[in-house]
Amino acid sequence: MTITMGEAATPLLRVEKLKTYYPIKKGILSRTVGHVKAVDGVNFYINAGETLGLVGESGCGKSTIGKTLVRLEHPSEGKVYFQDQEISKETMKDIRRDLQIIFQDPYSSLNPRMRIKDLLEEPMKIHQVVGKENLHKRVDELLELVGLPSSYKNRYPHEFSGGQRQRIGIARALSLNPKLIICDEPVSALDVSIQAQILNLLKDLQKELNLTYLFIAHGLGAVKYISDRIAVMYLGKIVEVAKTEEIFRNPQHPYTKALLSSYPIPNPELRSKERIIIPGDVPSPANPPSGCSFHTRCPIATAICREQNPVLKGKEHSVACFAIK
Amino acid sequence: MVPYIIRRLFIAIPVLLGVTVVNFIIINMAPGNPVEMFVDPNTSQELINLRKEQLGLNDPLWVQFFHWLGNLFQGNLGYSFSTYEPVTKIILERVGPTFQLTILALIVGLLIAVPIGIISAVKQYSKLDYFATGTSFLGISIPHFFMGLGLIYIFAVQLQWLPAGGIATLGREDDFFDKVRHLILPVLVLATGIAGQYVRYVRASLLEVLGQDYLRTARAKGLKEIVITNKHALKNALIPIITIIGLEIPFLLGGAVITEQVFQWPGMGQLTIQSIMSRDYPTLMALNLLTAFMVLFANLFTDILYSFVDPRIKYK
Amino acid sequence: MPTLETVVKNGLETSISPSEISGEETPFQLIVKRFIKHRLAVIGSIFMLVIILVAIFAPAITPKEPYQVYDEFSAPPSAEHWLGTDQVGRDIFTRLIFASRVSMMVGLGAVLIYSVIGTIVGAVSGYFGGWVDILLMRLTDVFMSFPSLMLILVVVSILGPNLLNIILVLGLLGWPAVARLVRGSVLSLKHVDFVKSGVVLGLSTPRILFRHILPNAIAPILVQATFGIAAAIIVEAALSFLGMGVQPPTASWGNMLTDAQSLTVLTSQPWLWVPPGMMIVIVVLSINFIGDGLRDALDPKTLK
Ligand SMILES: Nc1ncnc2c1ncn2[C@@H]1O[C@H](COP(=O)(O)OP(=O)(O)OP(=O)(O)O)[C@@H](O)[C@H]1O
Ligand SMILES: [Mg+2]
Repeated sequence: MTITMGEAATPLLRVEKLKTYYPIKKGILSRTVGHVKAVDGVNFYINAGETLGLVGESGCGKSTIGKTLVRLEHPSEGKVYFQDQEISKETMKDIRRDLQIIFQDPYSSLNPRMRIKDLLEEPMKIHQVVGKENLHKRVDELLELVGLPSSYKNRYPHEFSGGQRQRIGIARALSLNPKLIICDEPVSALDVSIQAQILNLLKDLQKELNLTYLFIAHGLGAVKYISDRIAVMYLGKIVEVAKTEEIFRNPQHPYTKALLSSYPIPNPELRSKERIIIPGDVPSPANPPSGCSFHTRCPIATAICREQNPVLKGKEHSVACFAIK
Repeated sequence: MVPYIIRRLFIAIPVLLGVTVVNFIIINMAPGNPVEMFVDPNTSQELINLRKEQLGLNDPLWVQFFHWLGNLFQGNLGYSFSTYEPVTKIILERVGPTFQLTILALIVGLLIAVPIGIISAVKQYSKLDYFATGTSFLGISIPHFFMGLGLIYIFAVQLQWLPAGGIATLGREDDFFDKVRHLILPVLVLATGIAGQYVRYVRASLLEVLGQDYLRTARAKGLKEIVITNKHALKNALIPIITIIGLEIPFLLGGAVITEQVFQWPGMGQLTIQSIMSRDYPTLMALNLLTAFMVLFANLFTDILYSFVDPRIKYK
Repeated sequence: MPTLETVVKNGLETSISPSEISGEETPFQLIVKRFIKHRLAVIGSIFMLVIILVAIFAPAITPKEPYQVYDEFSAPPSAEHWLGTDQVGRDIFTRLIFASRVSMMVGLGAVLIYSVIGTIVGAVSGYFGGWVDILLMRLTDVFMSFPSLMLILVVVSILGPNLLNIILVLGLLGWPAVARLVRGSVLSLKHVDFVKSGVVLGLSTPRILFRHILPNAIAPILVQATFGIAAAIIVEAALSFLGMGVQPPTASWGNMLTDAQSLTVLTSQPWLWVPPGMMIVIVVLSINFIGDGLRDALDPKTLK
């Protein structure tokens, strides 16, 4: 493939028609009687060095996307390309190191029985990231990188606060020199003041190490602060993707509009707008509505929305809605 | 509900088969074989071989297994090596006494355990509770044979109040009180262990249902009041106990081995030991199989019963 | 309330002060503290410590030999023979002390064997799931269906009653309960984030199982094993009592009681059977108390 002038280089990660279904088991001998369509046909890409924010209500499938990317879940359909290489069982062995994840809960993401030093050394030893003689130095470096004194390395996780643990989690993810890190709500379990520290740390690390992030959150605050672009998800599908300012300035999809209106924005220009309340509940992902999955709650839904599934359209600012030209 | 029962049955079938296979293998680990063991040392090798051939002992093990399984389905468990009677008949004679002993012990044990368990839970961390806990541990820590010997020493030898063993005094088999007198000591031995165990179950179960916070405030109140106002809680606390009982009845039957031996009680436990002594493998195999089947059946029955009693259970 | 943005803008990124380090006790200290609160468990521990020392240093404690036959047989307790002699004329006190070795060996040996087997079976079953799980769990059901004492009796009698066989049989038949327990823990632990993070970091499955999952599942195994030691000691005593366990002249608390099945011994020579019986009760009770204390101390509901 030749890269023509003006067009961006190939993205670091490209996701095509990704579907991840969880089987629902019932009855004699646990037969599968249906599926939770947690991720139901998703397309997006992430360019090297950027942060893509992924937002949506609880249960819309954000974490499932993250888990599928690192193969903690197996996709039911669709393809994922990392640096133009399709991710599969075989290729995952090589890609593992480049693709890491940071979990939401800093209390359950570190093995309580292991010292920080061992937690950090373990993956590096296995992947032979550095020679044995440099292992200690590398641990110190990693701790320093995430803003922890290297003297802490002999402690156990329970001796740290939530924010510190999250730093350790980040150091562990960094230990393999990854290219892409999936941050699954990395700050939502922390105090507001600590959240800021961690977000800034992530930003600094990105600059320093040229990292790429997929940043998952269900609130808009952190996402707005850290993301270059934002993807909005509803019931297993992405409904809108655009640059961060663009989304906030000019939201197109009715769901995005509603989501933004519920977010307290300091900008007085936007604040004056009325708060949009979406009626009804999120339908079950086990049995999503036909057509556009948002039509049951959409204020501007028409006949076509009930029958056909809108696709993401538009290059810089893409929206999946029939009402948008 | 019905699919659930069917599912449970489906699971039970391979387990049942596994039990028979394991049982067969174990018995076949025994050195020597019945023919060589019971013949006169002077019998010629030819005759032995002939006899082995007739008994199918020269067939491969798996052929012997299916042969035996086939007989099993027809209710034929073989013949005892020591009395040459049908094993089925020998065992059937022993089932009654064992059931009498264990069921009675279970009832007595529960009559002791349930009230103590309730008091212990309601008065958690009181002196009474510590005493009950300590005593219940003593109950499970005394070996049956030692307690049995102790009781015989005190009540049969020293005080001469009760018989030292057996099921009835010779010639007085129809005397009800004579029977009761023979039952008291062995039942007491078994009931002690059962009570010790169930005090702890009842206590734990009740504490779970009542919740710690409630108890802290309620401890000031009288015991009677607590029990009356919490009839519902009590009922919920006892449901899991029913399950445990159901699951343990068959083990009780097996556990009575020692007690039956000490008190010369003519039940299945004593038969087990006699059969081991006389290397009566067909009887042993049948005994083992019978008790294993009872365990399986009790599991099945309790699960199903439980699903009726407790509507919250999910049929997964 | 300050929004996230204002906080970030105010640049609250500060270096971490040492005060942020939580000053609480390590989980281990917490466990010890709670264990010590259980008085009976502490008494049990002290007692077991003594018994273990006695078992190890048996020859140093008693000047006599356990197998040596003295002139008087069935002699009542005296200055020479503190607890009298048995029907053959062996010193009962000495035999009592040496018999503690048998009980300790059976308890520890058997439980060690079945804990290892049960842990492996349970871990594999829980972690891999699917057909492996179904198969192993059915096998567990099969072994759980036999009333243990009866099966043990039969197998020991077939293999030949001696100390090694008892340890082996108890060890090889005792694993199903542990397997179920471990399987349950593994099933819940495998969905915890630190296990997932191990997978993402490319750690091998055995490493995840043995370094990350099992060390966190050890508490219930430990409690079960403690009660298991008590149970094994009782079973050995019962087998030896029936003559299907440790064979004389080797002394076992169980076989020291065998003679009491005769009414004369029972009636007229209580020094023959009361001391070994008491020893079993005290040891088993102590271990059970320790188990109870451990269960309280390791209870995850009250541990953070
Ligand atoms: N292991 C699983 N088995 C079955 N269903 C699951 C499983 N994990 C998630 N789901 C379901 O899939 C859907 C998407 O879940 P997911 O965790 O991806 O949501 P989310 O967007 O990350 O939500 P949150 O903001 O609460 O983290 C939900 O309906 C959830 O119930
Ligand atoms: Mg999530």
